[in-house]
Amino acid sequence: MSIELIIGILNIVLISTTPLVFAGIGELVTEKSGVLNLGLEGLMLVGAVTGFITLVLTGNYFYSLFLSIISGVILSGIFAFLVLNLMTNQIATGLALTIFGIGLSAMLGKKFGGTPIDGLNPYYFIVISFLLVFFVAYFLSKTKTGLIVRAVGENHNSAYALGYNVIKTRYLTIIFGGVMSSLAGYYISICYAPMWQEGMTAGRGWIALALVVFATWKPWRLLVGAYIFGGVAIMQMNLQAIGVKLPGQFFNMMPYLATIIVLVFISSNKLRLKLSAPSSLNIPFEKNQ
Amino acid sequence: MVFLIKIQLREDYSNLIFYLSPLVAVTLTLFFGSFIFLILDLSPIESFKIFFISPISNSYGISELFVKATPLAIIALGLSYCFKNNIYNIGAEGQLTMGAIFGGGIGLLFNDSTSVFLLPLMILFGAIGGAFWATIPAILKIKFNTNEILTSLMLTYVALFILDYFVVGPWKDPAGYGLPKSMPFPDAGRLPVLIDGLRVHIGVYFALIICLITYVIYNKTLFGFKLKVTGLSSKASQYAGFKYKNLIFYTFIISGVCAGLAGLFEVSGPIGLLYRDISPNYGFTAIIVAFLGRLNPFGIILSSLLIALTYLGAEDAQLFLKIPSAVGFVFQGLVLFFLLGTDFLNKYKVFIK
Repeated sequence: MSIELIIGILNIVLISTTPLVFAGIGELVTEKSGVLNLGLEGLMLVGAVTGFITLVLTGNYFYSLFLSIISGVILSGIFAFLVLNLMTNQIATGLALTIFGIGLSAMLGKKFGGTPIDGLNPYYFIVISFLLVFFVAYFLSKTKTGLIVRAVGENHNSAYALGYNVIKTRYLTIIFGGVMSSLAGYYISICYAPMWQEGMTAGRGWIALALVVFATWKPWRLLVGAYIFGGVAIMQMNLQAIGVKLPGQFFNMMPYLATIIVLVFISSNKLRLKLSAPSSLNIPFEKNQ
Repeated sequence: MVFLIKIQLREDYSNLIFYLSPLVAVTLTLFFGSFIFLILDLSPIESFKIFFISPISNSYGISELFVKATPLAIIALGLSYCFKNNIYNIGAEGQLTMGAIFGGGIGLLFNDSTSVFLLPLMILFGAIGGAFWATIPAILKIKFNTNEILTSLMLTYVALFILDYFVVGPWKDPAGYGLPKSMPFPDAGRLPVLIDGLRVHIGVYFALIICLITYVIYNKTLFGFKLKVTGLSSKASQYAGFKYKNLIFYTFIISGVCAGLAGLFEVSGPIGLLYRDISPNYGFTAIIVAFLGRLNPFGIILSSLLIALTYLGAEDAQLFLKIPSAVGFVFQGLVLFFLLGTDFLNKYKVFIK
């Protein structure tokens, strides 16, 4: 293998993995506060389509980025209202968000499929994704607010008794996660593709979800995991090209299988579970009890 | 003036609100749906007619309604066992796919068979395939306390890739112009249709039988009672000495069998062969069906018909209103949002001071 080829492959891995980092780091913060949001795929698609439509209509990158973020705030805000105020089942609500987002994005984007745009340079976003992981890692481990987020995720009743506002904290982490998912979608439709197509996130939301577990809720591991998952996907294409006979589907299912193995590993050992998974994950917080 | 909204836990559990909230959710969905149509510059009344009335205004449409409702009802009935037990099996889509691979594989293996035993064998293997795929999260949950939500979800994607591997690789039809699909199943492996010329098949009977069995199990057996108690209070169930691990295992197997059957019925019924997109998200949509039907077997039958209508309506809307068929997903998502939201009133009283 020549140096150029290796650099070329690394470049593709960098460009294709970034949406996983964005969506994954957002979901990591949401889950750290004890909320499981299965709506990533829907949030990404709506973020992708709003950014794309705004760019086509206004030609302004700033507006398109802004509206894409707003779409994430609104949708994740609805999710937060349902699971936090109305105490709905997080799994069902997240699935509803994904199903709704798939439908909504397809409807909105109908007239815009195939419209050509000038894509943004992906390297800005790649740099931002690395900085983001750094900030989230710092935020969760070194700041007081980060500690509150973790406390709320570990035991919301204790956190509430200590005087922390559980609902407000979770609103903020859910909306942060939502915005990050929209950014991941925006990156896909504006930088990576750049175009709009129905269902164009192609299951990346689910991989990002797997990634958070794979990384055992640790930001730096998430970054490494994202590049492993992204690298495996790209490697599969290249191996096919040089004539390796292993079917591509086996590479594609690797992230999911790896996540199941990690899940088994972290849940079979009680101590490890305590060290990593937020204890209040997916448990609704009811003040009245 | 300041309005203070106060909420209080309900002490009087209201059956009326419990069964009324799906109706409220559907009404709210239609209300919001008309807004969406208005934004798209379409007349809401005309659009609703195309969406909800015209698809079932002839015998072909009614047959199609049952074709779509059958898998949804069968899967949702199976899932209701898990959900009643507070076990979140959200991997029905994967179990459906495995059922189709196992049962469909039998159909392809004996593709020159004319035996009357072929179809029963395919159905059996479909059920085994679904059960097999559901056993994995069940055993991981029982042995290692692994989160079943995430494992069942991840296994769905693994199953989809396995199906993809078979239809692109070893099972690809040599005479299929290189398309990723298998040979058609032999006639002996096709599910009999109920009415000549229409696609509605005997899966409908299976759905009704499973519904009745489920009703009996929930209301007349110790197993159903155990599920109910465990769902309401895991502590009470422990105190009564019910073995939670057994309940996890059996509920997963039941839901896997149902999803596997639904998958096999799809491929040996309307489709007739294996290819990539055997299911338009039935496994996930059935979760909505189960909740909308209040985990009640008869409620699930009704809600499966309603959700099936959103699939049909979406196809007609694409044809006549020129809006993407994904609009059906918008309605499905909305109805679940509203249902979950209105459930709040079931648990809490709200005062405005």
